[in-house]
Amino acid sequence: MAIRVFVVLFILLSSSYTISSLYEDQVGLMDWHQQYIGKVKHAVFHTQKAGRKRVVVSTEENVVASLDLRRGEIYWRHVLGAGDVIDQIDIALGKYVITLSSAGSTLRAWNLPDGQMAWESSLSGSKPSNSFLLVPGKSEKDTVIIAYGNGCLHAISSVDGELLWKKELDEGIEIQQLVQPFGSELIYAVGYIGSSQFAAYQINADTGDLLKYESEASPGGFSGEIVLVSGETFVAFDATQTHLVSVKIRNGKISFQQTHISNIVDNLSGKATLLQSKLAGIFGVNVGTYTTFVKVTDEGQFVVLSKTSHAAALSDVLPISDGHFAFSIIQLDGDKIQQTVKDVEDWGNDFLIERIDMTEKRGLVHKVFLNNYIKTDRSYGFRALVVMEDHSLLLLQQGEIVWTREDGLASIIDVTTSELPIEKQGVSVAKVEQTLFEWLKGHLLKVKGTLMLATPDEVAEIQKIRLQSSGKSKMTRDHNGFRKLLIVLSKSGKIFALHTGDGRIVWSQLLRSLQKSEGCEFPVGLNLYHWQVPHHHALDENPSVLVVGRCGSKLDNPGVLSVVDVYTGNEVNPWGHVHSISQVVPLPFTDSTEQRLHLLIDTHGNAHLYPTNTEALEIFQREFTNVYWYSVEADTGIIKGHTLKSTCTLEVEDKYCFSSRDLWSIVFPSESEKIIATVTRKPNEVVHTQAKVMAEQELMYKYISKNLVFVATVTPKASGEIGSATPDESQLVVYLIDTVTGRILNRMVHHGSQGPVHAVFSENWVVYHYFNLRAHRYEMSVIEIYDQSRADNKDVLKLIVGKHNLTSPVSSYSRPEILTKSQSYFFAHTVKVVAVTSTAKGITSRHLLIGTVGDQVLALDKRFVDPRRTANPTQAEREEGLVPLTDSLPIIPQSYVTHGLKVEGLRGIVTIPTKLESTSLVFTYGVDLFFTRIAPSKTYDSLTEDFSYALLLITIFVLLVAIFVTWYLSEKKELEEKWR
Amino acid sequence: MEKGKGVTIGRRWAIDFTDSSTSPSSRDIPDPPGFSRVSVELDDSSLSRQKKDAESNWKLQKAWEVAQAPFKNLMMMGFMMWMAGNTVHLFSIGITFSALWQPISALQGVGKVFEPFKDKKVDLLGPKLLFIALNLGGLALGVWKLNSLGLLPTHASDWVSSLPPAQEVEYSGGGIPL
Repeated sequence: MAIRVFVVLFILLSSSYTISSLYEDQVGLMDWHQQYIGKVKHAVFHTQKAGRKRVVVSTEENVVASLDLRRGEIYWRHVLGAGDVIDQIDIALGKYVITLSSAGSTLRAWNLPDGQMAWESSLSGSKPSNSFLLVPGKSEKDTVIIAYGNGCLHAISSVDGELLWKKELDEGIEIQQLVQPFGSELIYAVGYIGSSQFAAYQINADTGDLLKYESEASPGGFSGEIVLVSGETFVAFDATQTHLVSVKIRNGKISFQQTHISNIVDNLSGKATLLQSKLAGIFGVNVGTYTTFVKVTDEGQFVVLSKTSHAAALSDVLPISDGHFAFSIIQLDGDKIQQTVKDVEDWGNDFLIERIDMTEKRGLVHKVFLNNYIKTDRSYGFRALVVMEDHSLLLLQQGEIVWTREDGLASIIDVTTSELPIEKQGVSVAKVEQTLFEWLKGHLLKVKGTLMLATPDEVAEIQKIRLQSSGKSKMTRDHNGFRKLLIVLSKSGKIFALHTGDGRIVWSQLLRSLQKSEGCEFPVGLNLYHWQVPHHHALDENPSVLVVGRCGSKLDNPGVLSVVDVYTGNEVNPWGHVHSISQVVPLPFTDSTEQRLHLLIDTHGNAHLYPTNTEALEIFQREFTNVYWYSVEADTGIIKGHTLKSTCTLEVEDKYCFSSRDLWSIVFPSESEKIIATVTRKPNEVVHTQAKVMAEQELMYKYISKNLVFVATVTPKASGEIGSATPDESQLVVYLIDTVTGRILNRMVHHGSQGPVHAVFSENWVVYHYFNLRAHRYEMSVIEIYDQSRADNKDVLKLIVGKHNLTSPVSSYSRPEILTKSQSYFFAHTVKVVAVTSTAKGITSRHLLIGTVGDQVLALDKRFVDPRRTANPTQAEREEGLVPLTDSLPIIPQSYVTHGLKVEGLRGIVTIPTKLESTSLVFTYGVDLFFTRIAPSKTYDSLTEDFSYALLLITIFVLLVAIFVTWYLSEKKELEEKWR
Repeated sequence: MEKGKGVTIGRRWAIDFTDSSTSPSSRDIPDPPGFSRVSVELDDSSLSRQKKDAESNWKLQKAWEVAQAPFKNLMMMGFMMWMAGNTVHLFSIGITFSALWQPISALQGVGKVFEPFKDKKVDLLGPKLLFIALNLGGLALGVWKLNSLGLLPTHASDWVSSLPPAQEVEYSGGGIPL
């Protein structure tokens, strides 16, 4: 009986939880979803047969996709996992897309029209190696696919993926190319043995028998990759990188020819690289900013053909029907791109030269894929798929850009937001009248809809009005703060501003400072920070963001700093290359122009202050003694705290540079603990109150400190995949550490658990997700931190007259007494990322946003992860909203923020507060982008969007009329009464 | 005096019950049989004194009655409050506020309530005090109810629930190297 009562109560209670679900017709009203594919690595056209012309691409985000050639839309798309890198793609039998992935160990066939997987076979081997894919011929009778991977050659039937034969090549050979001459039944596998031996295998494609094996030592040795020039000629650099070596295999004999590079390229400046394009008899050498084309004669001699004036990208050679071969050279010349389609046989003969205007800066051309078609007048037309430096994809045809795809957005590194400009005064009367009319019409339609009087046409109209309602894509600030700019930094060094209303790109800019330049070979973007957020006295200035990057991937490479104006996308104050950057500490101070002070720590432990002006220096010197920082060295298992000492002692005097000294350090025992995760609170998070009121008016004080870090460590043995360690030898330890004093506030051990740990830290609590090896399930734990030293502040009289020190500034050195409460629950999902909603004042209750392994975002009420939950809460606790304890967290299908959509390759969730306290904006990115807004406690502070104002007005009007009518009637009656 | 005839247009007839004249000849209608007017034939002065005494007694009695009236009200209010329960909702709040409002309005009109019983001979202090005490009792009941609903700021939690977090003196940042 008790159980039944409990169940009924639970159902009643759970039905009262706020579920942020929506109705079918609300999809797309406040959310948008964009699909991308990433930077294209390979492309295969499929245009022979009539019908839908398409191009199949594989990308650096491990996406294999089929695109519409007319508009660039995605027909179908598959995102392989991060560990399943696509090596090569091709089309077999005219109906399958073949992908070789995971370093040559997985071969898959996808059905070309709809993208369904036809078969999959895994190729085993003994050692990791390069991987190659050969899909011989395009005719339908060739059914054998040759794949090389893990040191083995495999022949696979393209019909069903069955392994026909397998041939292990000798150990020690490093295969560089796999060649099958056109129409031949032989396969050549060529490569190096050691650094000077060139080896070639000749294998029968039908049986896998080794026919011939030749090897020959080259006097100069080899380095780098081999370029296939023609069926039996290869070109590579020698070991010193000064000579070009041509290798010829003829009648089973290998012969070498060497030429010094300066014979081919005059005024050699910088490093020469071979272009990896399959051209018949010709190869390209890239030196500095230009490309030289070299023909290899039958004797293996080099003949220089021509030179381009700009850096060029080449396509592979394309056979055109009558024995001709064509390829495309694309060069960037200022703001124009020049496409030249050349005949391989007859160098002077250009099929096509086109110059196309590029309205937008997209950087250099990285890749070209050429395809031809026959025009109505029987001449050849060419279309080229071009991959630019900013990862965008263009289709060039007939001298114009047919379509572009901004696929740089598939690889977002960091996101920040900015307010839009304030709306200017002065709206024309005509506009008002028109909008008034529209407004009235819209509302009349809505009333009809509510009263179920609308025809289907009108219903469609209502939906349309709702979609474009309330000017959600306007370029000005709105009352509720829903309209903002999302500033997004992508891997290509391009920065985008997206409008939150409809997700369109407001502007985009390929950052000059994050482009390849002298002294900065491989610049990478790292992070975005708010640089200037003007309000109050600096309103006439545009807000700006600080872009932090680095030249190369090493920590001690020089850093790159740039400030970007958020409204225009211009680089305002690029410092260019500076000292190395290992940490960026945004300080809570701003100067008079609202520029935020930042402390950049270099690898020597010196702190550099930005912006570099005297006012900032003054402000900083005032707070000099109160600024600390800490560094986490995950490899050595040390966390160190630092404080500032004095100005730097450098050769060049720099008053914005400060040296530092170590203050404390925590050394984790390296044999038992390895740091796998650290989480801190968001620096801009707002907390409404320090007190937590519980049932029976009980009071607890939260321990709210921004100087706390949550650290999770696991046994080194268990730091790998789940299941790599037994429960007995694996444990997870979590710490709460004060980053000013280095005090460990809390330490907790989860025996038999291991990572990966995903955690979120907000207010006074941490929620983290890990794997419990004993229970074979994922778990989520919560730690709430309370300040016990404030607990005595319970005298009402003292509180009334304000005689308490609850709001006076606190120091981390005051040794607060901490009380932690903790609880763990099972959680069914594998988690990729965890975030929490944030609101303007921090009053609204919070939801955890969990990015699941299915690339969806689940909103979980924080009430479910409350350490005060008990199996049988008292009446008062129930009234307070405490949920009875269950062993696992509920997953309510309606609370998926992403409803039916998937954010493929989910990597991050960003929450942004709006002016409306109840509402929080959520931006989710991965390969796809998804944006929505959620109200964890429902929109208690505003009427719903589809609220019928017209109905309200009509009701008021009718009531007023009724009042006047009845008043008149009663007056009349009274008068009659008097006359009687 | 025209008896039996309506003075105003609306009246057809009227009887004046206060007519105390002794001579039956002055009437149109003879006295009913067995009716004697001897009883009222008393001494004028003693009659008026007696009458006044009776009136003041009656007034005092009435005043006490009026003074005790809130008690019934109190009982009823208590019952209603008990019925309303201790959760905050429309009904319990309505009851509580009416329980607070009634005594206050009654206390405001103490003079008015006892106006009709005002007399030189009648000592109204007792009833008035009782009336005030009972109403104060009602008020206390209302306040107690308010408190039990949790609407009175008597707990520490009511005073610190919107207290912002204390500022921190130190500032620290950093983490894993970028």
